[in-house]
Amino acid sequence: MRSNSYSGQSASLGLKVAAYAALIFLHFPIFIIFLYTLTPDETTYTFPLPGITFKWFGAALERPDLWRALTLSLQVAAVATVSALILGTLAAAAVYRSNFFGREAISFLLVLPIALPGIVTGIALRTAIGSFDIPFSFWTIVIGHATFCVVVVYNNVLARFRRMQGSLIEASMDLGANSFQTFWHVVFPNIATALLAGGMLAFALSFDEVIVTTFTAGQQTTLPIWIFSQLSRPRDRPVTNVAAMIVMLITFLPIFFAQRLSASTSDTEGKTE
Amino acid sequence: MLQRFSTYFYLRPKLVLWLMLGPPMLYMLVVYLGSLFNLLVFSFYYLEQFTGQIVQEFTLQTYARVLEPANLEILSRTTVMAIAVTVADAIIAFPLAYYTARFASPKLKTWLIIGVTIPLWSSYLVRVYAWKLILAKEGILSWFINLLGLNGLLDWLLSIPSIGGSSLALSPIGMFIVFAYIWLPYMILPIQTALERVPHSLVEASSDLGAKPLQTFRTVLLPLAFPGVVAGSIFTFSLTLGDFIIPLSLGNSKFFVGQAVYSYQGTAGDIPLAAAMTMGPVVIMIIYLLIARRLGAFDAL
Repeated sequence: MRSNSYSGQSASLGLKVAAYAALIFLHFPIFIIFLYTLTPDETTYTFPLPGITFKWFGAALERPDLWRALTLSLQVAAVATVSALILGTLAAAAVYRSNFFGREAISFLLVLPIALPGIVTGIALRTAIGSFDIPFSFWTIVIGHATFCVVVVYNNVLARFRRMQGSLIEASMDLGANSFQTFWHVVFPNIATALLAGGMLAFALSFDEVIVTTFTAGQQTTLPIWIFSQLSRPRDRPVTNVAAMIVMLITFLPIFFAQRLSASTSDTEGKTE
Repeated sequence: MLQRFSTYFYLRPKLVLWLMLGPPMLYMLVVYLGSLFNLLVFSFYYLEQFTGQIVQEFTLQTYARVLEPANLEILSRTTVMAIAVTVADAIIAFPLAYYTARFASPKLKTWLIIGVTIPLWSSYLVRVYAWKLILAKEGILSWFINLLGLNGLLDWLLSIPSIGGSSLALSPIGMFIVFAYIWLPYMILPIQTALERVPHSLVEASSDLGAKPLQTFRTVLLPLAFPGVVAGSIFTFSLTLGDFIIPLSLGNSKFFVGQAVYSYQGTAGDIPLAAAMTMGPVVIMIIYLLIARRLGAFDAL
């Protein structure tokens, strides 16, 4: 179906212009962030830039609050990703290998955290934390992030399982391998790139999540929360530009590689599936 | 030893299933659904105005407060914004989705899809922040408008009472632009998927039967792509309804739902009212999903 939709004809000029205009619209603001890290202007967002300076990178280096926030975000994203990899893979394996009552409901349940507006998850967790007197901690942030990271891993791994041939597993068992050997030598190599892609997307999602985090972090500051506080009350504009660029760069690479991985195996996985 | 474990589990597939399902389901049911249910329960409590304590008794008075004119206005303002953003995104997204699905060579198509998915996954917050720089009074958009000599038009737009403001960065027009920008990839991908599912033979048949390209587009492609538009609109609509970052950083003093919920639970400490107010978008979304399902959007997801 996919291959024969390509007509081979050329598009009209109007269509091309509209298509590329939308594409530029999508990327232009990202370019602006990078541009403004170089502005010498400390108090406004004047354009054209009054000059070029590299001093804000140095200034950002000397901000311990920024580095603490960055470290916390990286730690949270790492732990949330590992939890999501374990929970998501287990759920995908269960749904793939058995037909049981409520199988459809599981997919629906896992998708809920990204289908409902983030604020619903956020306030629900905040209320639960409040009503059970759970102190805010590193783990409250991780629990919040894991809710929407699980589905990303689940989608990727399940899609891979569905394309894997069941006969491979049967052959392995017939040839005398036990369940653990079969998993390690047959199943794992098959799903490895799906795990990698899902894990990287989950990492990127968690690293820059702000809506749920504002409700589950208490007094702690992750990097997105640090940036958010600058959004409503700008104090350190140049340093915020650098922080924004750091977030962009740290999330760009995993997303890019995850996309390449899924594109090369002809899956389109993720949020919209 | 390992062999014995392996045999033990192999003979008990039910046990293995429960061992695999247990952890994720425990997590989703207890932590996630449990919290949602708890939120629903809280929306039936109320905040004692004098003591500032939450009274844990069943009452509908918190919902009555949601239906007060001020809160209804917030709900309707947010819904209108969500509809406007959805329509704008459908219009901007369609040409790119159409071009990607039907005219781009396979290699170009891979790159176009990556070009759309990278903004989809990359930092939402940073991209909102970028618009703060672009829309600022002294920023690049004003500079560009000035260059084109369209200052008068901008001032006129900003002077319209309900959508204007002191500058683009502090007006509903600015918020609308940013909302449309932020959720655009969510609209492009489902439309593209829907268009790709249209077999080329249908288009050929249409032109063989004498339809002009525009006629084919209107009578064959557009109706078949429509479920994709609806599927995309689920995201643009839902995400606009619940967002509070964009109104907080770009809007004026007029509240949107997400922002109202955020401030009710935060500064006011009124969790019941915040919980009841959250049910607004949830109910609107459920109605929307029901309509979307009838329009065949779920097949296009």
